[in-house]
Amino acid sequence: MSAHPLAPGVGVWPALGAVYRAQLSRARVARIPLLFVATFQSIGIMILMRGVVDGGDGEEARAVVAGSAVLVVAFVALNLLAQYFGQLRAAGGLDHYATLPVPAAAVALGTAAAYASFTVPGVVVTAVAGGLLYQLPLGGLWVLLAVVPLAGAALAGLGAALGLLAPRAELATLCGQLGMSAALLLGVLPEGRLPEPVRLLRDLLPSSYGVDALAVALVPRPDWGSVVANLAVCAGVGAAALALATWAYRRAALR
Amino acid sequence: MRGLTKTYPGGRRPRGAPPAGPVTASRDIALDIARGEVFGLLGPNGAGKTTLVRQLTGLLRPDAGSVTLLGHDLVRHPRRAPRLLAYLGQESTALDELTVALAIETTARLRGLDADVARREREAVVEELDLAAVAARPLKRLSGGQRRLACVAAALAGRRPVLVLDEPTAGMDPVARRAVWAAIDRRRACDGTTVVLVTHNVIEAETVLDRVAVLDAGRVIACDTPGGLKALVGTDVRLELVWRDEPPLGEPEIAALRAAATVAGRRWTLRLPADRAREAVAAVTAGPAFAALDDFTLATPSLEDVYLALGGRGAGLERS
Repeated sequence: MSAHPLAPGVGVWPALGAVYRAQLSRARVARIPLLFVATFQSIGIMILMRGVVDGGDGEEARAVVAGSAVLVVAFVALNLLAQYFGQLRAAGGLDHYATLPVPAAAVALGTAAAYASFTVPGVVVTAVAGGLLYQLPLGGLWVLLAVVPLAGAALAGLGAALGLLAPRAELATLCGQLGMSAALLLGVLPEGRLPEPVRLLRDLLPSSYGVDALAVALVPRPDWGSVVANLAVCAGVGAAALALATWAYRRAALR
Repeated sequence: MRGLTKTYPGGRRPRGAPPAGPVTASRDIALDIARGEVFGLLGPNGAGKTTLVRQLTGLLRPDAGSVTLLGHDLVRHPRRAPRLLAYLGQESTALDELTVALAIETTARLRGLDADVARREREAVVEELDLAAVAARPLKRLSGGQRRLACVAAALAGRRPVLVLDEPTAGMDPVARRAVWAAIDRRRACDGTTVVLVTHNVIEAETVLDRVAVLDAGRVIACDTPGGLKALVGTDVRLELVWRDEPPLGEPEIAALRAAATVAGRRWTLRLPADRAREAVAAVTAGPAFAALDDFTLATPSLEDVYLALGGRGAGLERS
């Protein structure tokens, strides 16, 4: 008896597209309240910090605004994605994808991309509000077009990997929360004020490079070389984080 | 499947307790399923049905043994399984927040259908399973039975020569259950689809299955057509008595029945040859026994009786 012909497998891009579309629609329904929370949290932090930080394009003002804007990405892409994958894995939901002929990368990347794109409105609102609050030039905000996807890739990759590798769903949630707290403290506080060991920690956090790129762009005449260098590091970390997420997904789904 | 074995290492125990031994979830299982057959795995919870289908779908690697599906070795090539079969697991977490329509369409897309074909497939399955009224609602807002039906719809979208369905009708009302059975039957009749169906529902097993393997504690304890299995327990019938008051144990007939019965609260279950059952019915429907009797039923053997007669240990089968 000859073997039955196999149905065709699905390529990475069509599969990624289908997962992205489904996840984005799901995010629209289920996550909008959380996006509001993330945005208000960031705006709240900026208002609080306004009491101790002067307006104008000083280092501190730019650090607060850039850190708060990227914090929205950390909240959704790192924290919520870690929770999502942690729960999916704990409840056996990964079986659904593992019994479909799709590459592991498509599921991990499609989901991460959907979460990262979902942060865009929150980041833009936060950055514009911060720019007005601290009297910063808004001309450089188009850099967000690069910062959101690159920081999003890095943080979403990290969030997905945490969710998939954590032995229990509660631990995944905890790791996501801790990651977000780190992004908050290390992103919002100006780098120059941090003690040396904490500064090292800041260098290890992938979102720091996105914060720095945005902070550099918030002056009247930005040093574009520095922006590009920061974004390049962010892209490198992002690629590594997504590769880690894909590996973690494959490990969790196929035992 | 040949010699399929899966052993889980013992779970962690609180300190001081004796260490748990390894748990063998499938023990040297050998089954042949013909193309175009609706084949059932029947057994109570924990019998090893789900472990077995997870090995069949490439989700779980057996410790020993082989799985050959339509000429493909799935132990060596587990990633071929998704290109041969559609699997309905017990969990809907991956689809919970999608609308019913999008869950079906996305699953069809991920089975390799083009956008247009996937949309048509979604429309057809929604129509077939009568899901139009809830198509725009997210799965998690539906009742358990409706959510299950939506998951069945997703499993049916995008044709596959083999369907592996783990308790497809769990929690469904009779109308939905019948729609699923009809959909399974249609695929078998029109496309020659092979169906492997896990169930612990005796009615489902007797209604839709061509053949059934009865599982207990990781082993196949019998495998035949539902009729063939029932013939195994011979002509014994099942008599169930439910007492309203204390049964009159002073009567020798009633005391003898009590000794032979499986007692669960006020319900006695007896398996008897037909002539003995007639005598027993005569005894309980007269005199003081009848005054204390609430209800009785007399039934021909079901697959549950087969399961118990074969030495099945659990009593976790469902009869509705």
